[in-house]
Amino acid sequence: MTSLTLVRRIRARPSIVFEALTTPDGIACWWGPDAGPVLVAETDPQVGGRFRVRFRMLDGSEHESTGEYLEVVKPERLSMTWRWTGGGEDPGESLVDIRLRAVAEGTELTLTHSRLRDEETRRSHEAGWTGALGKLERHFLAIEQSSS
Amino acid sequence: MTAGLCRLILCQVVNYNERLDRIFAALVDPTRRAILARLEREDGASISALAQPFAIKLPAVMKHLDVLDDAGLITRSKLGRTVTVRLRPQPMREAMDWLRRYERFWSTRLDRLAAYAESKEAEVRKKR
Repeated sequence: MTSLTLVRRIRARPSIVFEALTTPDGIACWWGPDAGPVLVAETDPQVGGRFRVRFRMLDGSEHESTGEYLEVVKPERLSMTWRWTGGGEDPGESLVDIRLRAVAEGTELTLTHSRLRDEETRRSHEAGWTGALGKLERHFLAIEQSSS
Repeated sequence: MTAGLCRLILCQVVNYNERLDRIFAALVDPTRRAILARLEREDGASISALAQPFAIKLPAVMKHLDVLDDAGLITRSKLGRTVTVRLRPQPMREAMDWLRRYERFWSTRLDRLAAYAESKEAEVRKKR
């Protein structure tokens, strides 16, 4: 229940799709969820290598996601850990798995984002998120004390 | 915004997250999902009727019902000696909305990825 799967047919061969998924130039063209720019795109598509992508959305907010490549089989499969870092909510580490299958019209891409909420997520909630909340709470307390 | 109001909003965000955690934790178990699916088909069932299809004892069923109750997914009402269990769909909708947010997020990006890859493919073909 805590995973999400999307399937897309793309009119391009798997090697091209794979490159779009793993090269900084490719990532710069699609990573952001709206037309805002990708500010940083670093990839090291090999097992144990890491990626880091930072983008700005049209509303001016900046977001960054990082992770580690767990499986890299060119041009068929890409599996990586996923985490939002820097700014805002940190829902913990999740898993993104992308499979590419050659079909007559090009590529069938299956993306699964899993472990969106599991034990690990909860643990990191407790460690990170409640820590941040504690800080916020202290901040509000300070405001209240200074205004009274 | 006053500090009190800030804290109220903050509190709601935390509650929202905790609630979602509880809902997803409840939905992860196949027995609990089967119970919910059954309650979706028939509006209201007794605990013994719910326990009947499973090869587990009544206390184990009660535990599952407690988890579902904590997540706000069911209600239990007692009439005489019979407890009737009913589905409460609202939290499920909340969980679905949360997942849909992620779906929208990936969906737009995959559209952009597809457009980019397709333009690259067109370039490669033109060169030939």
